Amino acid sequence: MQIPRFWRQIPNRYNLIGVQCENCKKVYFPPRIVCPDCHRLSIGKMKQYKLSDKGVVHSYTVIYEPAEGFENQVPYIMAIIQLEDGPRITAQIVDCNPEEVKIGSRVEMVFRRLGEDGKAGIIYYGYKFALVKTQT
Amino acid sequence: MVGIVSYGGYVPRYRITPAEIGAVWGIDGKSYGESLGVKAKSVPGADEDTITIAVAAARNALKRVSINPKDIGAIYCGSESHPYAVKPTATVVAEAIGATPDLTAADYEFACKAGTAGIQTCMGLVKSGMIKYGLAIGSDTSQGAPGDPLEYTASAGGAALLIGNEKVVAEINRTYSFTTDTPDFWRREGQMYPSHGGRFTGEPAYFRHVLTCAKKLMEMQGTKPEDYQYAIFHQPNGRFPRRAGKMLGFKDEQINQGLLTPYIGNTYSGAVMLGLCSVLDVAKPGDRILAVAFGSGAGSDGFDITVTDEIQNFKRENAPLIRHYIENAVEVNYAIYTKLKHQIILREE
Ligand SMILES: [Zn+2]
Repeated sequence: MQIPRFWRQIPNRYNLIGVQCENCKKVYFPPRIVCPDCHRLSIGKMKQYKLSDKGVVHSYTVIYEPAEGFENQVPYIMAIIQLEDGPRITAQIVDCNPEEVKIGSRVEMVFRRLGEDGKAGIIYYGYKFALVKTQT
Repeated sequence: MVGIVSYGGYVPRYRITPAEIGAVWGIDGKSYGESLGVKAKSVPGADEDTITIAVAAARNALKRVSINPKDIGAIYCGSESHPYAVKPTATVVAEAIGATPDLTAADYEFACKAGTAGIQTCMGLVKSGMIKYGLAIGSDTSQGAPGDPLEYTASAGGAALLIGNEKVVAEINRTYSFTTDTPDFWRREGQMYPSHGGRFTGEPAYFRHVLTCAKKLMEMQGTKPEDYQYAIFHQPNGRFPRRAGKMLGFKDEQINQGLLTPYIGNTYSGAVMLGLCSVLDVAKPGDRILAVAFGSGAGSDGFDITVTDEIQNFKRENAPLIRHYIENAVEVNYAIYTKLKHQIILREE
């Protein structure tokens, strides 16, 4: 990943900052410039919105063929998470075995390493999720 | 009144036992663990490091109070395992808790007392009126060379203390430090694992600094061991803090609540601060706490603390208690441990 692109995404990746369309009140993550429902009516009305860090597992899969940089985490869980505020996001679920995850499991955002540009490069941080029962 | 406005701790979920480690190196790890007073040590997940632990602890501290993160004027992160040699841990924490950009931030290093050094700096800044709140963090993913005695205890964890002078749940009555040039433990730039002076780490280093610091602080405050409900001493293993306590005249009942090494190992910069979090999890108004950190190299930071009535309105339940992290652990074997620590050599793509 390019450093400038990651740097611009830090608010989204660290704190789940999305946007809300002030016209229809719908919340989007990642942020959009225009609301896909309201089009022109939403111009200049897309406001920063901090999403809830809680949600439920909408769907998930267990990965055995890892993406680059995730070799040490196999098997790992990627899930679509339904956030309390509406948007669904794709994220890794950590700190549990695949058999502990169920559709509907409550999850909470955690802050983890997402990857690095080799041993000498920048380290990328951001959101992942963990089961609520392991967190609180 | 300057003191602790909030606190939060974090310990990774994985554990490994001394028996499991000893089996790899052909020694009776179970007995060795017993001699160290350590049942297990925490192991960070493959995607955890000092920065992620610091963020988790800081967020736990902020969950317990309703302050504006922009009112935090200083963040200091103490660690001996900062992920970057150059690029501060504190900046990532500041961004992750929404405290940027109007604040000062820096990293500290002083072996296991880098976090408590941050508390002192925050106290000074708050007392002088330069900042409203300061956040002091001690966080580590410490490394012991495979097969080295340190491998049985070097663990991971962290704690964050929000320092201020409004709605203080625990007043810091005084802090005192005792510092000398003592080469008991060190790591040269570029070296992966630390070196230590073996037995030399005990008497002239740990005990001399911890005992002197505690004695002088109590002398200044006109207090005796029996004036304290709780005492927390740096805990490189499960034995040293008990022995230090005994030598000073403290009883086990005063030590137990703040002694976490038996369950999670030595979290280095996190150690005394996590012990303090564990005490604050149960402390009542009027309880008096003595906390003495030790950092190799060497120095001790002592704190004389009194819990206030404000702790009754304080929302401890908004973040996990230390007990939760101790109970909610998963044991791993040595093979998984090496995988989590990225020590398995993978195929080059
Ligand atoms: Zn809209």
